[in-house]
Amino acid sequence: MRDATLVEAINAALARAMQEDERVLVLGEDVGKDGGVFRATDGLLARFGPARVFDTPVAEAAIAGMSVGLAAQGFCPVAEIQFMGFAYAAIDQLLNHAARLRTRTRGRLSCPMVLRTPCGAGVHAPEHHSESGEACFTNIPGLRVVVPSSPRRGYGLLLAAIRDSDPVVFLEPTRLYRAVREPVADDGTSLPLDRCITLREGGDVTLVGWGGVVPEMLAAAERLAAEGTQADVIDVATLVPLDAETILASVAGTGRCVICHEAPLTGGFGAEIAARLAGPGLFSLLAPVERVTGWDTIVPLSRLERHYLPGVERILAAARRSLRHG
Amino acid sequence: MAHAAEAGKRGRTRTGVSKAGGFSSDELLRAYREMLLIRRFEEKAGQLYGMGLIGGFCHLYIGQEAVVVGLQMALKEGDQVITSYRDHGHMLVTGMAPRGVMAELTGRAGGYSRGKGGSMHMFSKERNFFGGHGIVGAQASLGTGLAFSNRYRGNDNVCLTYFGEGASNQGQVYESFNLAALMKLPVVYVIENNRYGMGTSVERASASQDLSKNGAPWGIPGAQVDGMDVEAVKLAGEVAVAHCRAGNGPFLLEMKTYRYRGHSMSDPAKYRTREEVQKMRTERDCIDTVHARLTELGVTEPEIKQIDDAVKQIVQDAAEFAQTSPEPDPAELWTDVLVEG
Repeated sequence: MRDATLVEAINAALARAMQEDERVLVLGEDVGKDGGVFRATDGLLARFGPARVFDTPVAEAAIAGMSVGLAAQGFCPVAEIQFMGFAYAAIDQLLNHAARLRTRTRGRLSCPMVLRTPCGAGVHAPEHHSESGEACFTNIPGLRVVVPSSPRRGYGLLLAAIRDSDPVVFLEPTRLYRAVREPVADDGTSLPLDRCITLREGGDVTLVGWGGVVPEMLAAAERLAAEGTQADVIDVATLVPLDAETILASVAGTGRCVICHEAPLTGGFGAEIAARLAGPGLFSLLAPVERVTGWDTIVPLSRLERHYLPGVERILAAARRSLRHG
Repeated sequence: MAHAAEAGKRGRTRTGVSKAGGFSSDELLRAYREMLLIRRFEEKAGQLYGMGLIGGFCHLYIGQEAVVVGLQMALKEGDQVITSYRDHGHMLVTGMAPRGVMAELTGRAGGYSRGKGGSMHMFSKERNFFGGHGIVGAQASLGTGLAFSNRYRGNDNVCLTYFGEGASNQGQVYESFNLAALMKLPVVYVIENNRYGMGTSVERASASQDLSKNGAPWGIPGAQVDGMDVEAVKLAGEVAVAHCRAGNGPFLLEMKTYRYRGHSMSDPAKYRTREEVQKMRTERDCIDTVHARLTELGVTEPEIKQIDDAVKQIVQDAAEFAQTSPEPDPAELWTDVLVEG
C-alpha cells in the first residue's frame, strides 16, 4: 500500500497487467523512451523491453487499427492517444472495426484492446487538449467506456479494462492526474466494469457524474451537509454499460437528481441518464432533473476556462433548485 | 525540377556563408530583421510563459526562423499560408501584428482570436494566414483545399502548406499528396524537419530518411534544402512556387532545420544531448550566418544595432500590450459558435 496520484496508479496498473500477462503490449506516441506525455507509461520500456512497449509515429488511425489487428491475434494492446482531441482520428477504426469484431465473427474473434487517452480540461489549453468527448464513444455499441476519478478507481478500473475481452475506451481526467494522492494497494485487484460507485449516501438529493467533476460533486455534498441537506454522490465510472439500477435506486430514495459532466449539454451522456430517469425513474421524481454541464461551445483558452467548467457553485445552485420543489 | 535539386544540393552541402547566387544587402537586411523579430518575439514569449502569463501550450520556433523568412520572400500577394501549432513565426512573416499575436498568447481581448484561441489557433483573412492547427498533419488537407480554390478561380496563387516531419507520417498527408498530384493543385508542401516529433527522432519515426521523396509515388517533385540557410530556402522556394504557378501541380520541400527549445514549454529533454543543441546553435545558427554575411558585405555594426534596437522595441511593445489588453468578457464564451442574429 502506498500513496499514489492517479497517473502513478495508472502506471502501476499497466505494470501489473504487463507483469501478469505477456500478451499485454503498450504502444503510442512517445510512450516508450519518454514515458508518455503525462508520464503514465514511465519506466515500462526499461522494465518490459522494446518488443512490448513501443513508440509509434504520429498516426492515430494506424495506432488504433494496428491494435485491432493485434487484438484479433490474441494480444491485449493498450494504446495511448496523447489527448482526447487526437483520438477522433482513431474513431473510424474503433467504430467500424474494434467495436464490431465480436459481432461480425459471431464471437469467434474478440477485440481485447484498450485505448487510453486523457480527457477534459486541466492543462489550460483550449479545444482538443481539453475537451470531453465521451459521448462520441458512448453511442458506439460494442465499446466499453470507462472514466476513473480517483487513483484507486484508476488502478482497479484500468486493470479490469485490460483484462476484459472487449474493446475499452479509457478516459483519464487530465486535471485529476496529479490532483490528490491516496493509498493504492498494488495487489492486482480490479473493479467491476458495469457498476456505478456510490461515494456518499445521504438520502435528500442525488448527485451523479463522472471524471473531473466528481471531486466538485463531493465538495458540493460537503457544503450541502453544512446546510443540513444530505446528498447521495454517485461516480458513474463505467458509462457503457451503464449501471442504471444504482442511479434509479438512489433517486427512488431522494426524488431529486443533479447530473454533472464537463462535456457540453446537448447530446451529452447526461441526457441518457436523464432519459432513464424520465422512463423507469419517472414516478420517483419530486423535482425536474437538473443537468450541470459544460456549455454548448468550444472549450476556450485558460482565461475563460473557469467560466466553462461546471464547478461547486453551479452544482450547489442546481441542488438547491431541485430541493425547492415538493 | 533540376533547379530545385540544385538548390537543394547547394543547401545541403554548403556550410558557412553563401557566395553564389546570394542575396543583395537589402535582401539580407530584410531577412536579418525578420528572423531576428521572430527570435526575439519567441524569447519574450518564453519569458512570459515562465511568468505564468501564457496558459496552455506554447511551441517556440527558435532555431527554425530561416525557413519561414526565406519562403515568404518567394511568395507574392494572394498566396496562402497554413501551418501547424508551431506557428508564431509564420504569422509574423505574413505581416500579422506582433501585438495581436502576443496578446493571443496571453489570452487577451486584443489577440487575433480575442483571447479564445491561444498560441495554436490564430488566423488572418487579410494576410491570407489560415492557422494555426493543433491536430498533427491535418492542415495538409486544408492547404490542399486552399490550393484547389486558386486553380478553380484561375489565378496563379500558391498555397504554402507547412507541417513537421512527425506529421509527415499521418495518413491524410498522403491522401492529400495524391489528390494534389491528381488534380495538379498549386500547393507547396513544406516539411519542416526539425528532427524531433516531440521526443521521437525522425530516425525512430520514419522508415524513409529522405522526406523530399515522400511524394515520389505520385510524381511530386521534391528537394531537400538546408533550412538553416535563408538564402538556400528562398532559392528553393522560388523554384517550387514557379513550378506551381505554371500549373505543374504540387511541389514538396523538405527543410532540414532544428528547434533549439523543447517541443513545448514542458519538455523533459531526455531525447537529445545539450551538446547536440549547443553545436547547432554555435555552428549553424541562421541569424549568426546572415550577420556574418552582412559584415562581409560591409554593413557596419551600428547599422545592424539599429535593426536590433528596432526589433527589441517592437517586441517590448507587443509584450506590454499583451499584458495590459483586457481579459476577454466571460460572455465571449458563447460567441461565434454558430452564426448569430
